[in-house]
This record gives sequence, structure tokens and C-alpha cells, in this order.
Amino acid sequence: MAPKLAVSRREFVKDAGGLLIGFSLADSAVLPRVLAAASPETITAPSPSRLDSWLRIDKEGIVHVFTGKPEIGMGVSTAYAQIVAEELDVPIDRVVLVMADTATTTNQGGVGGSTSIMLGSKPLRNAAANARYLLTQLASRRLGVPAEELEVADGIVFIKGSAKGDATKSVSYAELAGAGDLNDALKVSGDGFSLNVVGEGKPKDPSAYTVVGKPVPREDLPPKILGHFKYATDVRVPGMLHGRVIRPSGVGATFVSVDDSSAKAIPGYVKTVVKGNFVGVVAENEWAAIQAAKAVKVTWTAPIQAFPEQKDLYVYMRSAQVKASKETLKRGDAAAALSSAAKKVEASYEFPFQSHATMGPGCAVADVHTDGITTVWSGGQKPHDLQKGFAELLRVPIDTVRVVWVEDAGSYGRPGFEDAAADAVLLSEAAGKPVRVQWMREDMTAWGTKGPAVICDMSAALDAQGEATAVQFTSRAFSGGETHFRPGDAGNYLGAQLTGIPNTSGVDEFAQWGVESPPYAFQNVLAMAHVIPAFHDSASPLRTTHLRDPEGPATSFAVESFMDEIAAAAAADPIEFRLKHLTEPRAKAVLTAAAQKAVWDTRTSPKKGAPGGDIATGRGVGLSTRNGTYVATVAEVEVNRKTGAVCVTRFVCAHDCGLIINPEALRTTIEANLIQSLGRSLKEEVTFDRSNVTSVDWVTYPVARASDIPDRVEVVLINHPELPSSGAGEPSSRATAAAIANAVFDATGARVRQAPLTPARVKAALDGLRSA
Amino acid sequence: MSAASLKVNGRVHKVDVDPKCPLLYVLRDNLELNNPRFGCGVGQCGACTVLVDNHAVRSCQLTVASAVGKEIVTLEGLEIAGKPHPVQAAFIAEQTFQCGYCLNGWVMTTKALLDKNPSPSDAEIRNAFESLVCRCGSHVGIFAAVRRASQSAKRSA
Repeated sequence: MAPKLAVSRREFVKDAGGLLIGFSLADSAVLPRVLAAASPETITAPSPSRLDSWLRIDKEGIVHVFTGKPEIGMGVSTAYAQIVAEELDVPIDRVVLVMADTATTTNQGGVGGSTSIMLGSKPLRNAAANARYLLTQLASRRLGVPAEELEVADGIVFIKGSAKGDATKSVSYAELAGAGDLNDALKVSGDGFSLNVVGEGKPKDPSAYTVVGKPVPREDLPPKILGHFKYATDVRVPGMLHGRVIRPSGVGATFVSVDDSSAKAIPGYVKTVVKGNFVGVVAENEWAAIQAAKAVKVTWTAPIQAFPEQKDLYVYMRSAQVKASKETLKRGDAAAALSSAAKKVEASYEFPFQSHATMGPGCAVADVHTDGITTVWSGGQKPHDLQKGFAELLRVPIDTVRVVWVEDAGSYGRPGFEDAAADAVLLSEAAGKPVRVQWMREDMTAWGTKGPAVICDMSAALDAQGEATAVQFTSRAFSGGETHFRPGDAGNYLGAQLTGIPNTSGVDEFAQWGVESPPYAFQNVLAMAHVIPAFHDSASPLRTTHLRDPEGPATSFAVESFMDEIAAAAAADPIEFRLKHLTEPRAKAVLTAAAQKAVWDTRTSPKKGAPGGDIATGRGVGLSTRNGTYVATVAEVEVNRKTGAVCVTRFVCAHDCGLIINPEALRTTIEANLIQSLGRSLKEEVTFDRSNVTSVDWVTYPVARASDIPDRVEVVLINHPELPSSGAGEPSSRATAAAIANAVFDATGARVRQAPLTPARVKAALDGLRSA
Repeated sequence: MSAASLKVNGRVHKVDVDPKCPLLYVLRDNLELNNPRFGCGVGQCGACTVLVDNHAVRSCQLTVASAVGKEIVTLEGLEIAGKPHPVQAAFIAEQTFQCGYCLNGWVMTTKALLDKNPSPSDAEIRNAFESLVCRCGSHVGIFAAVRRASQSAKRSA
């Protein structure tokens, strides 16, 4: 794409003053107000009911798109540009996005649940379609012909059949947009993720698409690879200090005293900030801040022993009193079927706490003015929620806080970027200057939020013919929302909790089956989900929240492993077994497509008559659904019988997310999710002692590395232009662990029911076979 | 604090810093070269990689004092006459990376690898990259880009 898009969005906002021509000249307000040299008193978000809140065309014909959605590394910004270019019939390199600045973009709820295309693109598509309609109406008046006789290409409206470039028979969007006087009112529905607008102009029929559905290169990648891109970590503002945080000695430890005499010898050290149990340092440069955080001696009370020994985690979870329960699926009478079953299959699956462990530890810059405008630059996924939360934290009106999203390392949920931004707010308030905070690695891995540990107990009834007649699912898990995934209140943030603000917004989010799960049509089904209480209600390093698909990887590991266990008990091929119990055509289609691509060896597992020797090979499958997306993943593995090491040699993933916007960006997103979830399946497990998380770096929290990458990763995209787009990203993370565990079973006959499938766990399962 | 001369991307920069300060923070904060990135600060991820006398080095583990007198190259210094370096061109062509926060390490390590070994085997590629982290999991595209860059190096050799 043209270099236009290489301009960072922030630079655009800074430089664009005066250039913009809105559809309605009455509101040239938003940008100039933000950009005014004199500090405005308040900053009001644009109203979604106005077309020019979504889209403007400047006199060069550049289309400026305003969206509350950030880009978090999966190519959504390019997909949005495709959608707008398609509806407006402008070249894609003339579309520029302004993303997720609370002062200039509507509140679309930020990013979550892989819904940015599925939901977030809707108002952009509709706004663009309406703009095209209104501009064509204007052109009709200007050219004196009915709108039906007009066509649009490359941002030029022209009379059908006229010679290209005939100025008497054509007019550009740029010329038209300057005319103003357009009915720009849009009908608004929903809010947050579901915010949508509809105008008079209707979007194109997908059969007419020429840009949507094409593999357009991602606009953000060349500037990143060439080194021109600015991440949140690269934001610098005049007079900025550098901050680092000092966390308590363990969960529940409280502040006693501080001695910063050693820090005072460090050139550039400014001061230590203490607010309750929140402690941080600020310095004139980053190295001084890092050294000072080490030099400052803080005395804490002894931490409490809030956690069990790690080896007892699942025993603890089984014995913990349940906090909340929910029946998520009930069909027929599973209990009766189980009690009269000819054969019963029972198994329990365990999934550990995992860390977002973002590549870049949390980083943000805050410039706090409690008597004026506060600005925070952060890569958090939900900037409008941060605006609300920081206003509450600072006890100031919301329209005096501006959160400017700037892309950061991939976040995969609510990783702690929000907490780092709150740390910057607290330190800037105390220092009276702008403060940049970047967490150290241990702040991120040990003290960042966690994906919850989950236990799933499963049982199935088989009749005398070996047919599965009932399946029962019961989960016990920490909530997926002890820390609310929408960071919109002060108590949400770790730093704020340390200052004494309670976490009151957490919710019980269940590890559930039957909602967002493959639609297996067993006659009798019962799914129950139980949430157990947090270990500690405030400032715990094992506090849970959304990590790339809340509980999907854990519940899919259980259910999809169990499907194979029932298939084995019924002496059926794992794919044939699934197909037999599915009626949904799209679920069947991804399974069939994956099987075909993989040249699936149809037979029962485990593999019989395999040659002896140290290395055993096998294949396994997992099916997942999420927000209307269907994914089937086949894994091929080599298992070292001596060491228990599992090597995934091949993935085949068939993926159906309805209408595909950008197949190339979709493919790379799926590949990345397969590899990340491979690491989560084989390696990732947060370690802890009675008071602390002991995963502090990449050695104590290992993730997928070069040696773990399969030789072959093949993605089969199934496009459904007639269906709306659903999500991508999370859905392809779900099935991986089960596909691998099923392949290990196929190779060796050993069933591993605890993730991650470390060599020790696989070896123990193999040893179990021998002793059995 | 003391004055030091650093030769970065062909230019000499005078800085007044703690000689024990890791090179990473001086590149970022004093010279505003943003691409060496903080990932772990303990040499485990490679996000801060720079070339020092043509070797891929973790700038979080190298003091300013020990970088004096060396030829330092950052990602910003790879472009040749305003054109992407062939290694960068290969990564762009493969559409590698999700967030790209780690890409500095992969691109710089690829450059160092191919300078020494223009035709690495798949095993050599994996070995060279085992000490790098890409948390998003973009490895498939990374390996493809390295192979593409290797091919283009062979063609131009």
C-alpha cells in the first residue's frame, strides 16, 4: 500500500488540523478542539449518530476513518481499510485510519473476543456505504443526471459510459465533500462491541466485492519491519520522567517503611512514591529508574500464604467451596442414561494458570492534570474503559481524561497493560509531571493478570451397541473475570488495589460447555459449571481475567480429548465419531476439510502394530467453535518414549469464519494462534509458591521456541461470502491442546489429561501403561 | 556519568551516561533509536538485538563502556539508500509477524546469520533462532522469510 498509511495515526491527528473537510461543516470541531494549542477544558467523544464521527474526506481525497477499535497485531486495520475502500470505491491506499483515541473516536468497546471484524466493522461498512450514497446524491445534483446513471471508481463519480477524465461528466469525492450540506444523521443501535449505525445508503452485495476478500498486504507491516513504526513504548513527551514499580514481597504483604538513601546516590533519581502498598520510583532517565527500583529498600510485613503448594493445586480446587454455579446445557436426562449405561467412560482434565506474558512488558505514558486535561498513552485493548477507570481513579470528570491508544506488543486479552497505565497515572499524579512506566519482565510475568486454572470432569454413557447416549460435563474453575476484562473502574487496576481501592467489579465467569461449543447432538447432555473463589481478593499475582479466549482452551482440551476417549471406547475413528454426532454442516465441513488436507488415516486410536523403538508417531484432531467460527485442527506428533518429549511435526487447520475479508492476514493470524497455543499445550504453566508467582521470565515461563515449530503448518480457509464474518484468532487457539493430546494417545496409547503436556507428564502416562 | 562516543549506523554520537548503563537504554532514550526493544532485560528474548561488529548482540546485556569503539548497527541502519535491506524485503514479502514487537530481534539475527551463512539449512535456521521469543507465534512466516532472504542473497551473489 502507498506510504500514506505509513504515517502513524498519532502523527496524522497532530498534522491534520485544518485539512479536514467533514460532511457537515458545522462540526469541524472534534480534531481542532483536541489539537488547539490552548488546553481545552473538556474532551467529549464524538457522537456515533454523525457520519463525520466515522468518516471524513479531505480535499486531497484521502478518506479518514475513525474507529474506537485498536489494531492488536492481527491486521484488523487493513481489513477495515478494505471494507471502507470497497463501499466507497476508492483506492485502498487513500484510506487512513484513526484508531481508538477517546477524544476522536466513538466508543466501540475496544477489542475483545475476536469480534473486531464480526461486530466492529459493521458501523464502518454502513457509514462508508452511506457516505457513498450521499456523495452520489450530491454528484447527481452537480452533474444534473439521476443518481442511477452514475458510477464511482477511484473516488470519482461519473456518468455511466462517459469518457474517462471528462470533467463535465465527473466529479471527485474531494470536490463533493467540500460542499457540505449533507444529511449526515445515522440511526444508532447498541453500544460498545455492538455499536452500529445505519444510514440511507446500503452496503454492497458481497457478490460485487473487488477489494474485500482479496489478500491485501497488511498496512502496518512495512513500517514495522523497516523500523519506522512507533509503539506505545516509543511515546515520549516533553518533561517526561521514567517510572518503575516495586511490588510487595508477596500476596497480602503490607508496606512498613522505605529507605531510599542508596537511591539518592543515583544520578537522575527523583523520588520514591508511596501510596498505601503501592510503591514506585521516578527518575529523569530510564536506567536511573531501573537502578533506583533495585536500590530502594522497602520493608514489608510477611506475605500471607494465600496459595496452596503448586503440586496440590487441583486437589485444592476440588475441595474449595463453590462460589457460584451455572447449568449451561441440559438436554434429556443424562443422569438416568449414565445410571443405566452398559458402559461408562469417565475422565478428568486439568488446565493450569497461564500468563499473557506479553512480548513487551506493560508500558504507558501518563500526563496527569487533575485541574485540567489528563492524557494517557497506552496499548491496552479497551481505551474507552480506561478513560472511565482513570477518571474514577483520579476523581475527575470523565471528559477531562483522554486515553490515546498506541499499538503495543500483542495483548491477547487483558494482560496488565491496563495496570501499567494505572501505575503511570499514579506516578504522574504524585510527581506532577508526565511519567512513562515500563514494567520489568518479572512485573509482567509474575504480577500480570492470569488465565484461570480449570478442572473439567467428564462422563459418558455407552449402550450395548457401543453408541454414546449421554455426556456429562462438570467444571470447577477460577473465574475468568476476577479482574473484570473491561477495565472501567478504579478498583480494576493492580496499582489502585495496592493503594487500598477494593476490586469490586469482578464477575463470575464460568468454564462452560454448551455455549460456544461444538454442537454435538448427543441425546442426553448435562453441563454444569462451578466457580471457586479467588485465592485473595486484592492485589494477587494469581488474579484471573481474560487470556485469549477466556476458558476455551481449557474446556476444549477436556471436551475434545474426551470425544476421542469415547470414540476409542466405541471403537470408532475420531473424525467419523465426531461426524456421526454432528448435524451442523459447517462443523462437519471443517472436519472433513481438515481430514482431506491431512490425508487422515481413518481408523481407531491408538495406532496398532506400530514399530517399536524410541519414537512413536500419531495423529489427532480437535474441533472448536467460537462466536460463529468453526475450526478443525489436526496435529501429527512424534513422541519420544524414553523422555516423554512431544514434537508436533504438522498442523492442518481448517477454518470457517463466514465471509473472509483478507485471506492472507487471516492465514497468518491462524498460523500464529496455532503456534501460540502449541506453546500453551506443551510448555506454559504459571508456577507459584505459597505467596508468590515464581514464573518471572522466559526460562521460568517457557513459550514456543524455534525448535517447537512443526515442519508443516497448513491452513485451509473455507470462505462463505453469503454469511456475515465471524471471529478469527481465538477460535484457532481452542482445539490445539486436545489435537496434540489425542495424537499422543494415538501414537502411544497413553492419555495425558493434564496440560501442559510436558515430557514429565507424558513420561508418567507412558510409565502408567507399562505398570497397568 | 561520563562522556562516551558511540558509532551507531555509521554516525558517531557523543553521550553523557553511566558507563555501566546497558546499551539498550542509551540507544532508545538518548539516541531515540526505538527498534532495539525492551523485552526481558536478561538476555532471554532477543528483542533488543543490535549488530556489534557484525555479530548479533543483546543490547540489554552490553554496557555502554564495552560498546565504545565498536560498529553498532540497529534496525534503523539496515535500509540501503532508502531502500529496504533484502532481509527486510523478505519479511515484508512474507507478511511476517502479528504485533511485530519482537521483530527487531528476528530481522537483526537473520541479517547476522545470512552474512555468515548465506544458505542455512532448516536445522541451522532453528538453531540460530532458538534463543529468540515471538510471543504471538509468527514462526512459520519468520522461517519462510529467512529462506526467502537466503534465496535472494544467493541470487544477488
